[in-house]
Amino acid sequence: MEVLLYLVPLALALGFLGLLGFLWSLKSGQYEDLDGAAWRAIADDDPPADR
Amino acid sequence: MQSTRDFSHYVKDLGTGLGHLDLAVEGVTCASCMFKIERGLSAIPDVTLARVNLTDRRLALEWKLGALDPIQFIDRLAELGYKAYPFEPVRAEMAEVQQSRHLLRCLGVAAFATMNVMMLSIPVWSGNVSDMLAEQRDFFHWLSAVIALPAAAYAGQPFFRSALAALRAGGVNMDVPISIGVILALGMSLVETAHHAEHAYFDAAIMLLTFLLVGRYLDQNMRRRTRTVAGNLAALKAETATKFISAEEIREVPVAAVRAGDLVLLRPGERCAVDGVVEEGRSEVDQSLITGETLYEIVEKGAQVYAGSLNVSGTLRVRVSAASEGTLLDEIGRLLDNALQTRSRYIQLADRASRLYAPVVHATALLTMFGWLAAGASWHDSIVTAIAVLIITCPCALGLAIPAVQTIAAGAMFRAGVLLNSGDAIERVAAVDTVVFDKTGTLTLPELDVVNEAAIPLDILALAGRVALASHHPLAAAVARAAQARAPLEGIEEEPGQGVRGMVDGVEVRLGSPAYCEAEDEAQQALGEDPEISVVVFRRGGGVHVFAIRQRLRADAAQVIADLHRAGLMVEILSGDRESAVQFTASRLGVTAWRARMSPAAKIARIEALKRSGRKVMMVGDGLNDAPSLAAASVSMSPITATHLSQAAADLVFLGKDLAPVLVAISLSRKAVKLMRQNLALAIGYNFVAVPIAIMGLATPLIAAVAMSGSSLLVMLNAVRARRGTLEAV
Repeated sequence: MEVLLYLVPLALALGFLGLLGFLWSLKSGQYEDLDGAAWRAIADDDPPADR
Repeated sequence: MQSTRDFSHYVKDLGTGLGHLDLAVEGVTCASCMFKIERGLSAIPDVTLARVNLTDRRLALEWKLGALDPIQFIDRLAELGYKAYPFEPVRAEMAEVQQSRHLLRCLGVAAFATMNVMMLSIPVWSGNVSDMLAEQRDFFHWLSAVIALPAAAYAGQPFFRSALAALRAGGVNMDVPISIGVILALGMSLVETAHHAEHAYFDAAIMLLTFLLVGRYLDQNMRRRTRTVAGNLAALKAETATKFISAEEIREVPVAAVRAGDLVLLRPGERCAVDGVVEEGRSEVDQSLITGETLYEIVEKGAQVYAGSLNVSGTLRVRVSAASEGTLLDEIGRLLDNALQTRSRYIQLADRASRLYAPVVHATALLTMFGWLAAGASWHDSIVTAIAVLIITCPCALGLAIPAVQTIAAGAMFRAGVLLNSGDAIERVAAVDTVVFDKTGTLTLPELDVVNEAAIPLDILALAGRVALASHHPLAAAVARAAQARAPLEGIEEEPGQGVRGMVDGVEVRLGSPAYCEAEDEAQQALGEDPEISVVVFRRGGGVHVFAIRQRLRADAAQVIADLHRAGLMVEILSGDRESAVQFTASRLGVTAWRARMSPAAKIARIEALKRSGRKVMMVGDGLNDAPSLAAASVSMSPITATHLSQAAADLVFLGKDLAPVLVAISLSRKAVKLMRQNLALAIGYNFVAVPIAIMGLATPLIAAVAMSGSSLLVMLNAVRARRGTLEAV
């Protein structure tokens, strides 16, 4: 059962990383335009040649 | 005189040689619009950032200051097919955005803590009934404490602050029992953990915060979205004024950049964006947005003109005034202040519930403690049981009962074109039993329309429409709109105050007043049928056609009023317009209670009289003269075309050309309040089951967690039904 002594803090640390990730994404404005973000993901990087 | 537009007022200097501009863009509906705009603008040299926000329908631009004029961006967008206008976020909206972010951060922290505390709690719950060692349990409890305490201190801020504010003001709101419950639960758990006890309630406390934050965040987000849309609409109205920057040079500037004492030019067909005194010129103005009067008024040097009035015939030079004393505007401002002060502070359902709830719950907890003491239990056990009562009654469901319904009802209204200006409006709308309408601009559409277009041959209508494009006169604009004319004809000239004429295929055409077109007899005949119309005559060679023009009723006005009557509401029309015009409208709509020639003060007096006789009055109006009565009514609504002051005084604003949003707002609000009551009953019913369990000392953390999430879920699911309205009285 001693394995708990490092497994539980490890699980918490991973969770904490997730929280930091969320706070970072919030700070960098990723929740400001949820509709647009969905489309940007599938946009072509280069505009088509005819433009 | 060619005027140049000048939007430098809106450009923000970022300090590093970069300029920033926010634009509200109309017509951005899909991803391809987004990419089209971004590519189109990024292609301009020196532009460093062009980013569309598809949710807010806005565009952020940054560029190297110098060669580029902001006008170029707007022109480029126009070429791409989008109407855009610079945008200055108002303080209220920025505050909403800030708050929304703060709530989301709190929610993130609370949700993280809940997940991890649950991960530790479930082993304890199962371990307690099997073979867990006391040391392991303590280890898990201490870890829970390390996570839950800082998380609750951070994520609980919105509740603690609001509770403190309420207590300081000498009142109680829902956040007071929530805060007490959370703090006591955490404190007791800490003490219990230190004493190696079996149960700790870290999970219940943090889960409670998470659930409540979900409700708060959704509520806040809905409000923010409403504000964004309202902000865009305000920006797209594009209120500009043509300002003299020297004796000869004029420039079109946003109204925000006009100061008192400036001289502005007002051309025919333009709506005045400022209040001021006529310095030069003579013209007819349409003051219907201000007084409700639909007949034009003649203004000359020295006359007052108000923001919102439409210049009809001549060109005016107007000296911008700060609100001078004794004017109509000053009078309206004074009435508005009074009305806002006397608007009785409505006590929200949630506050009334918490006022009852908090003392009952706290008394029950105290009684539980004394009961157990009297029965011979130790101080420790009695206090623990009492706190368990507080935790299990902690108003999770009660706290969600109202915001959840409010969010969903506000969302449904938003989709139906109703924007909520004030948070407690839903409850006040639901109580309404009398609806008072203003006529001009509210029951009727704000623009003039040709009413006899069916009687005019199509080719004549099309030709007259193209001729009409040469004039800015509102009557001509109505003809052009009726014909859906796009292409102006060449060689058409305007004779101010008379009409327009020109040659088409070798035949002379004229569009204008009956005298100008030598058709007084025909015009008299049309006026004989309906004295309220304005006529415009179109003459081509020998052929004469008379256009009858008037403010048209909103297409569904009669239907909406019939529905309101059927729902048992009393409908009344209070108008500043003359008697014959109001009578005509009232009879068309089947409204028997109407009053004409009402001054702003008379409108207030009538509403006060209705309120005194015990009626809950909803005022629907748009004009400047309606603003005080909008504030005086129990609840008020304005179309989006209303003047600024009216929109500010209104609780709800509706979009579009239909009157139906009034009906939708009432029916959704009634359903919402019904559901709020149901939810409160559900939450209280839950307590009737849960509290005895807690009093008996059987409320383990597992039971608390199940009861809390179960009741919250039930209340949330019930709230979803608020998407459909009802017209049953509440």
